[in-house]
Order: sequence, then C-alpha cells, then structure tokens
Amino acid sequence: MSPIDLSTDIIIIAFFMLLLTIVAYFFGRFLFSVFSGKISGTRTGIIERWIYRLTGTDPDNEQEWKEYGRDLLIFNLFGGIILFIILSIQGFLPLNPQEFGPVNPLIAINIVASFITNTNWQIYSGETVLSYLTQMSGLTVQNFLSAGTGICVAIAVMRGFTRKDTKKIGNFWVDLTRTVLYVLLPLAIIGAILLISQGVIQNFDPYIHTTGYGTAPGQILPMGPVASQESIKEIGTNGGGFFNANSAHPYENPTPFSNFLEIFLILLIPSSLPFAFGFFLQKPRQGFSLYIVMALLFLLAFSTLYGFEYLGNPAFKDMGITGIPMEGKEVRFGLLGSALFSTASTATSSGAVNTMYDSLTPLAGMVPMILILLGEVVFGGVGSGFYTMIGFVIIAVFIAGLMIGRTPEYLGKKISVFEMKMAIVTILTSGVLVLILTALALIIPGGKLAMHETGAHGFSELLYAFASMANNNGSAFAGFDGTQFFYIISGSLVMLLGRFIPILAILALSGSVAGKKTLQSGPGTLPTDSLSFIIWIILVILIIGILTFFPFLAMGPVAEWFIMSGGI
Amino acid sequence: MRNGSSCQGGFETSRKRISKVSSFDIALIRTAVWQAVKKLDLHEQKENIVMLLVELGSIITTIIFFLSLVHIESGSPLFIGLVSFWLWITVLFANFAEAISEGRGKARASSLRESKEIIEAYKISEPKPDAKGILVASRDLTPGDMVLVRTGETIPADGEVVCGAALVNEAAITGESAPVIRESGGDRSAVTGGTLVTANEIVVRITSQSGESVLDQMIAMVEGAKRRKTPNEIALNILLVSLTLLFLIVVITLQPVSSYSSTASGMGSTLPVTVLIALFVCLAPTTIAALLPAIGIAGMDKLFRRNVIALSGRAIESAGDVNVLLLDKTGTITYGDRQAVSFIPVDGVKTEDLINAAICASYADETPEGRSIITLAEKIMPCELPELNEAKFIPFSAHTRSSGARRGDTYWVKGAPDAIIHEVSSKGGIIPPDLDRKVTVIATSGGTPIVVCLNNSILGVIHLKDVLKTGIRERFVDLRRIGIKTIMITGDNAQTAAAIAAEAGVDDYLAGAKPDDKLNLIRKYQAEGAMVAMTGDGTNDAPALAQADVAVAMNNGTQAAREAANIIDLDSDPTKLLDIVQIGKEILMTRGALTTFSIANDIAKYFAILPAALAGIYPGLAALNIMNLTSPDSAILSAVIFNAIVIPLLIPLAIRGVRYRAVPAGELFTSNLVIYGFGGILVPFIGIKIIDLIIAGVPL
Repeated sequence: MSPIDLSTDIIIIAFFMLLLTIVAYFFGRFLFSVFSGKISGTRTGIIERWIYRLTGTDPDNEQEWKEYGRDLLIFNLFGGIILFIILSIQGFLPLNPQEFGPVNPLIAINIVASFITNTNWQIYSGETVLSYLTQMSGLTVQNFLSAGTGICVAIAVMRGFTRKDTKKIGNFWVDLTRTVLYVLLPLAIIGAILLISQGVIQNFDPYIHTTGYGTAPGQILPMGPVASQESIKEIGTNGGGFFNANSAHPYENPTPFSNFLEIFLILLIPSSLPFAFGFFLQKPRQGFSLYIVMALLFLLAFSTLYGFEYLGNPAFKDMGITGIPMEGKEVRFGLLGSALFSTASTATSSGAVNTMYDSLTPLAGMVPMILILLGEVVFGGVGSGFYTMIGFVIIAVFIAGLMIGRTPEYLGKKISVFEMKMAIVTILTSGVLVLILTALALIIPGGKLAMHETGAHGFSELLYAFASMANNNGSAFAGFDGTQFFYIISGSLVMLLGRFIPILAILALSGSVAGKKTLQSGPGTLPTDSLSFIIWIILVILIIGILTFFPFLAMGPVAEWFIMSGGI
Repeated sequence: MRNGSSCQGGFETSRKRISKVSSFDIALIRTAVWQAVKKLDLHEQKENIVMLLVELGSIITTIIFFLSLVHIESGSPLFIGLVSFWLWITVLFANFAEAISEGRGKARASSLRESKEIIEAYKISEPKPDAKGILVASRDLTPGDMVLVRTGETIPADGEVVCGAALVNEAAITGESAPVIRESGGDRSAVTGGTLVTANEIVVRITSQSGESVLDQMIAMVEGAKRRKTPNEIALNILLVSLTLLFLIVVITLQPVSSYSSTASGMGSTLPVTVLIALFVCLAPTTIAALLPAIGIAGMDKLFRRNVIALSGRAIESAGDVNVLLLDKTGTITYGDRQAVSFIPVDGVKTEDLINAAICASYADETPEGRSIITLAEKIMPCELPELNEAKFIPFSAHTRSSGARRGDTYWVKGAPDAIIHEVSSKGGIIPPDLDRKVTVIATSGGTPIVVCLNNSILGVIHLKDVLKTGIRERFVDLRRIGIKTIMITGDNAQTAAAIAAEAGVDDYLAGAKPDDKLNLIRKYQAEGAMVAMTGDGTNDAPALAQADVAVAMNNGTQAAREAANIIDLDSDPTKLLDIVQIGKEILMTRGALTTFSIANDIAKYFAILPAALAGIYPGLAALNIMNLTSPDSAILSAVIFNAIVIPLLIPLAIRGVRYRAVPAGELFTSNLVIYGFGGILVPFIGIKIIDLIIAGVPL
C-alpha cells in the first residue's frame, strides 16, 4: 500500500465533515417534517393511514410519558419473544440451506437482549449458526425496530422541550410507524442498492465450497442476503455483522467507497437528530450547538486515534521498522478508512468493526473505549445519542445556570429536583454497570479466563466488553471470549438495563418538562447556544467520563502504553 | 401590672446589638469550634450524606491506624495516622463552616428573642376600648381574639388595629427608633407582635397563631433552625450525592482491579484501604458539600442585615430569576412628593414678582410641595423673605383647590390652573393669553403646573415635578443589561406617566392603574413565561402580591399585604427589591461557582493520587506524576490536606458570596467559567505541589 499522505487525509476528513454537516442539516429538517406529521397528511401518507386503520391506532391520541414508556417496553418485549422463537425453531423453517439447528437457548437469550437493545453484541458467528431466515426475519427486523425505538424516544424528548402545560409527549405507535416507514426503510433500500453496486452479496445460495489455490486447502464461502442487513446495520447504528468478521469481511464491505458509504450511513441519523431538535424548537442554533459539541468531540477522538496509529510503536522505530502498524487493519481501507470507521462506529453506538481494536496501539485503542464510556453521546446511537446528550446538557445547564445567578433552566424549562434525578440516571446508569461488572468479573472464579491476554491488555479487553454492552455499542475489543455463563447472563442483563433504564428516565424527564411552562429567554438567560456553553458541555462530558474511568483506564491502555513505549 | 415598661430599654438597644454580629469575633469562632466537634455525632450528619461518608471514612482509617500500630494491618502507622487525622480535620472544617454561619444567625436570633418574652395581654370581648376583659398570656392568644393595648404596653402578637390609633415603636423588628402611627382602617392597620405602643391605646385583632408571628418567622429564618432546603438546593444535593456514590463505586471497584493488575504484572500490591478512602474523600465534592449550608444561611443573613425578611429560601432564589419588575412610581422611582423646579411668569410679569407672590402663597404651606417652592425660591433669589407676620393662612380646600395667604386686602393664592382660572374669571379678572400655552407645556412634560395669582391677577406658573430618586436611572440601565424589564405602575394619566417613564428610563408603564390592572398585568407577563416581582403595601395590592412570583410587602403595609407576600421589607423601602434580586443571584452564583470549583479540583487530585497509588503496580504510570511530588505517601497526603484546608479558605467566599455584576448572562458565565472552572482545575495543582514541598521539608 502507498505511504500515508497526511495532508490528503486532512483534506478528505475536512470534506467528509463538511458533507456530513450539510446532509445532516437537511436530513434533520426532513426528520422534523416526518415527526411533525407533515408527510402523513399527503398522498404519500396513505400507507401510514392504512396501517393505523389496520391496527386500530388513533394517531391523534397522544400519550403521557408513562404510557409511551409502557408501550415501548411491551413492544420490545414482544419483539424479543418473537426473535427468541425464531432462533429456537429455525431448523424447521425455510431458507436454511446449511440446515442449522436451534440456537442454544442461553445464547439465544443473549442474542435477544443484544438485538432488541440495539447493541448487537455477538457471541455467535452468524455464518455458522444462523439461517438466512433468522438473519432476515429475526435480526434484520430487530435492526429496524430497535433503531426505531431509539429514534422514537429522541423525538418524544424533543417534543417535551417544545411543549408547555401538557403531559402528552406523542404516540409511540405513530412515531414508530413514521420512523420505519419514512426514515429507515427508504434509507435502507437506497443503502442496500449502493452496497450491492460495490459488490456486497445478496442471495439465498448455499455456501460455496472452493478448491484451494495451488497447495492451499479449499475454502467454504458463506453466502446470504447480506446487503439488506448490512444497510440497516449501519443506518440504525446496530452494528451486528452478517458474518463474524463484520465490516472487515469483503462481502460486507468490499471497497474503499463502500467503506466511506457505511461510515456515512452510520453517522447520518445520529448527526441529523440535533438539527431536527433545533427545528422542533424553532431555534436552529440550539440544535446546531449540540451538533457542534458532538462534532468537536468526534474530531478530537478521530485525531487521537489516527495520531497514535500514525506514530505507531516507538519500539519498532528503534528497530528501524517504519510505516504504520497494519495488524488488524484491512489493507483496502488503510489508516484513514480504518481510523474513521472505528471512530464513527464507537462514537455512535453502532459497534460495527472493520478494524480489530485489540491490535491498535494502546492509546489509539483507548479512543473507542473512551467514546463508548462517555455514554455514547458523540453523535451516539440513533436516538440514544441524542437523548443521552440531553441528560448531559441538563447537568451542564444546572451548574452553569447557577453560575449566572438563576435557578437553572434549559430552553425555558426550569430544571428542578425531578429533572435532576432523571438526568443523572440517564447518564450514570451505564457507567455504574461497567464499573461494577468489570470488578465483579475479576472476583468471580474463572472470570479472568475470558481474556486472551493478561495484565493491562487483558484488562482492556474486559473493560471494553462491559463498556460495549452497557452502552449498547456491541463492538468487541477482540481477544475476549464472552461465551462463559457469567458473561452471557450478566451481559444480557447489562444490555437490557443499560438500554431501558435511561430510556425510561429520559422519557420521564421529557414528560416533566412538557408539563412546565416555558419561560422567556433574554439577556439574563444563560445562552445555551454560545461558544462558552459548547465548551462547557464538552468539559462536563469529559470530566464526568474521566473522573469515573480514569483509574480503570490507567490500569488498562495507559499502563500498557507506558509498558510498550518504555519497554517495561 | 400588665407588663413592664422595663422592656422598653430592650427594644431600643436590641437593634444595635444585632448589627454588631456581622464580623467574625472570637467568641463566635470559639462557639463554632465547639459546635463543629459536637456535630461529629453521626446523627447530626445524616442531612449531609457527603460529609457523613467522609466521617465514616475517618472512622475506618482510625481503626486501621490502631490495627497498624499492633501490626494487625500492614502499612506505615505514621502515614495511616496522618491520613486519618486530616480526614477528621476535613469533617471538622465542614462542621465549622456550617457552625459559624449558624452562630451568626443564632446571635442575631437571641437578641430578637429578648423582645419576645411571654407577656400578658388584656383580652376583650368586643372591639371597644372600654370593653371588659381578662388577662391572658400572649402565647394563649388565637387568631380572632381582641386585645386592648395601652401606652407603654407591648403588642402581644401580630394583628390588625380595629379601633383607635396609636404611636408604635417598632424598633424591635425594624431597628428604627422613631415611632410610627398605626390606626384602624386604611393601609396602616397592621401591627407586629413585640412592638411597643408609646402613646394612645388601640384594640388589636390578633391575626397570627402563637409561634407563627413575623417575629417568630424572623427568628426561625435567621437561626437557620427551621431552614428548609429549597428545591434548587435539593437538586444540587442530588447531583452531589450521586457523584459521591459514583466515586464510592469507583474506589470500591478499584480494589479488585488493582488486585488483578498487581498479580498480573507481578509487582506492587492491592491498593490499601487507607489509600482508597483517601482517594474517595478527595474525589467526593466535599468542598461544596461542606459549604452548602453556610451559603444558604449566609444568604438569609445578608438579607436580614438589609432589614429584609424572606419567608422562605425559595423566595430569595426566585428573586434571582425575576425578569419583570413591577414598580410603583411613587416611592420607588420618584420621591413621593412633587417638587418645584422652575418659576415661569406670564408675559409682562417679572420673575421676582412671581417668586415673591409664590413665597407668600406658600409661606404657611407645610406640605412637601409647599416647602419645595420656598426652597427653590430661596435658591434663585437669596433675599429676605417678605414680612408676613400678620398674614392669615388660607388653607387648601377641596372646593377651591387652592391655598395661599391674606394680609388685609392683599391675598396670594396658588392652585390648579382650571381652579384659579375659574376663580379669576368669575371675579372679572383677565386671563393672560400665554397662560394656557405655558400650562400645557408643563403638563405635557409630565409636570404639574401651579398657577400663582396676586389678588385677582395671574402672575405665572410654578412647575412642580416628580423628582426621580438619585441613581434610579442607572439602576434601570443595569437591570436592562441583565435582562430585567421594568414596568412603572402609576395612577397618573398617560401623558404624565409617559414623561416620567421616559425620564426614568423604565421599559414600560401602566398609567391610570387600578388595583385589578396590576393583577392582570402580572398574569399577562406570567403567561408569556416571565417571572414577575412586585412590591406592595395596601390591601388592594394583596391579590397581585399573591400572584407575583416574588412579592415584597412593606412592613408598614396592611396585614393582608404582608400575608400575601413572601418577602417583607422592614424599612418599607420599595427600592430594596433591586437589592433582593441581587442577593438572590449571589446565593445561586456562589453555589454554582463552588460546585464547579469542587468538581474541577478532582482532576489534579487524580494526578496526585493515582500515580502514587498505581506506580507500584505499573512503574510506567509514575510518568503521570506531572507535579513531580516527592513520594507516594506525601502525594496522597498533600491531596488530602489540600482537600481539607480549601474548606476554611473558602468560608469567607461562601459567606460573602460571589459578587454579582450587572452584565449579560453570557458574559457572566464566561468569566465565572474561567475563574471557577479553569481556576478550579489549576489551583489544586499549585496547592498540592506547595503542600508536598512543605511535607518534604519536614523531617519525619
């Protein structure tokens, strides 16, 4: 491969961010029209109306947060049960050319928890245990629905801030229908077609047995309806690969263009949601500021990851070996394509991988870890990134509001005891789960066996695993075996708690602010769209993250980096 | 003897004693130190979970210290002992911060309480001074009871005068020794328990339950005894407790992780409990948790020193949020009385003649307007006053709407233009052709024209004007800059109101205001999402006061007004609303600034403690010791000591409060973010380094 041209990469990144910002702006506007019901009334909305008639949904019947949350939970529970059934009886169902039997119930539970929570933590290899039907009707469907769930919550939170003196924050069924119908399906179809054009496969063929080239032994090439799943896997920040190798696999991500396309699809909805919020509020600057917060953190993370990989291992330099470390990276993507994909996938809760983080230099490998540990707010998962960010904003506004001598308010809503509680639950739940379970894994007998390495690197693998599950990212550091009973059960639990506790908390917050009056803003109000405030939110996010995980990171990647660079 | 005039001395001096408490004196500090020790009782700490956990940490380290002495626990007893000692000091400093602010309040309260001895009241059955009655103790009075209070007696409880009028000395609560008139009916009927009738007798209908009077509320507020946390304090407390629990989890989980790491690296050992507790205490937001009670109590105290009683902490905080102020014109924006500003003779009349006539017409006029005419005349023409010894005063009457003086056949009259014109023309006098124009000019400028005539000829016009209070204009400019809208309320006509509004620089005005208009105006602004503050004194104001977010009642107002309000100004100075807004803001700012500072400090503490604690396991981590601290023990100890001594160092800031400047919120935020945020990150790096250097210098 060609040597790295730093200036070209900088130009590409600058262009990429510019393109993302422009597209996110317009897509944000589109999201706003979708969820304010502007499409539903038109001719295009006929399918939507037909669905309501069929299901007996009254689109004008809005719900209080408790009803919204209840319906959301019921819906996800049902989705989970159906997925579990499919996993258990796939042997009797069609589209199973490899004749896979039922999935082990314990693993099935983990898959269910993983896919309904938008985590897509995979303790199985898709190509060795799942039939095509399971992949399509089980996993791909959940990819749509879990992403839809996240977006619904984000929209309900946006509504809470734009309303006053009401308890209603929207109708879950209506929001879900609109998300799938107008946002996810069209994008998924376009994405799938573009991916197919790049060579991503889409078929129901049995696996191909090839003869080896020369003396090499023969290979089995798994087939399947990959493109349709790949597309929504990126768009919905799901990240669960059709194949075990995920987006490093040439049938999932064949070319540099498909690589950039996938990165773009991963970031599209999460980066559009802050803009949509601005349009909901009729204060685009407010939404733009949140986007800037995310974008700055994203660039910071990307530059760190890219930078440390660019520098490589100093010990190698001393041996006269130059060039960037390529272990764990795909040659067709190079440093830029790998670093950007890794940043995008862990900044959002996607968790798709085209690079093995286990092989990154320690501090570069710490970047995905930190992005996840910050609570997935740097764009974040579809919906979840936005609503978790709102949790951080509430904390930031609370302290900042005090500093200007007002009882704190955000967008005209007073932040009082209840909002404070809910915001804290939203942002701290995942972190607390990570701390407790990581420590627990080291205490229980045999817990350490899951790590392929020992010492600092092994600890990174463990920390990453729980970080990824609790924050519903789903990527793995590699080098970690999550198939032990303890990890399957605790992991399933962590994914569910890390998903639904924050969702309920932020819905409650939304319901609470919707019921408040909206106060006027003026020169005496804290400007939440100013540069100072943007810096402040970034500080709050980083400080809370650092304060919580500094000791852990010190004994993981930081210690490893010193060992590597100091040779001790 | 129904009560002693001996109380009188107590009343007059009580106020002076109150104001003495403002500085830190030795006795106060001594009491606070003792209180700080007494507050070590764990039951006392249950209100403050952060400090409770710190104290538990102190207890555990103390136990470890003793175990290490007898070698049951490993580790250097000196190090463990020192950490333990400084953790205790941290708790004591926090207790001291609370105790010293409580002490100041208590000192004030005890002087107030002196005026609240149990006294006997003469309870009568009907509101007549000669009604038969019985003697009861003041604490047995219930609302609705009537009591007769005579000269030299103390009013037993808050109430309303229903019969009679008396001079009342209210020094006990206002500190003002000049007695005020309290009479039945009208807006001066409210009396306060503990105040003294100095002349006449009145019948008072009791309106407050024993223990709930204004004085009781004052005592409770300044003592901080009954201080209930405001919603904002509770919310902040939730944040602080959550962070504390988070850090507790961090250090607890750190133990197995360090155990795994040391086994894996084959170096170092599991982190000792003493180090984990030290790390926990340093990370927990102890600074703000220790100072939070002091900030609240000090805020009350600050208001109290300005003679303002807030009936709840929430009221003061809301004052910080206000963005619309409704201000009565009279007394707030202008000095209540109109004053003469110029003499305008009609054509053909000399100014001196007009002034002379004006002096004569006003000579016996004791109203402030009359006095101001004389004052102005003397300023313009410092000459001897005309001889008026034999003159007879013509008093103002509603019928003639004029007043003046008469000597023999000569008379001087001044009055409202239409009244004088009517009088003069009815007696066949000539109306000067330019009079109308000159009168109109004054009226359009918001002034009041007074026409002066000598016998039956009109000499000219005196321009009376509402005079703005000194500095009020500048305050409105400040208010506008910080986003507070000012609305002037006046009964004047629109023209006058507009002129004064323009001169004072208020944002808007409500002219010809009727009592209902105020209420409607407040509702209108509230519906638009504004927080409205107003001052009021009359019964008419009560509904509006009850509706306003911040309602300040004048102490000389009616009981109805005082009950509807959430803040009472003992000086009855409506301008004070502006001070209240400022104090409200300062309390919140202090809270926010110290929270930011406290949390920002944690970064440096990590950099002090973590390399010290973990370098044994991974030697490379010693590179994180960016402060280059001497040894692991001194690094940990320095962080703990810094964490402790920062509390007393910040007590003065907590009590004085962060100064509020009248600049837009964005600017204020940026500067506070730099000072307390970035300052909070930097200061501990320097502080810990200095302490480390000192420790390194001490031979141990």
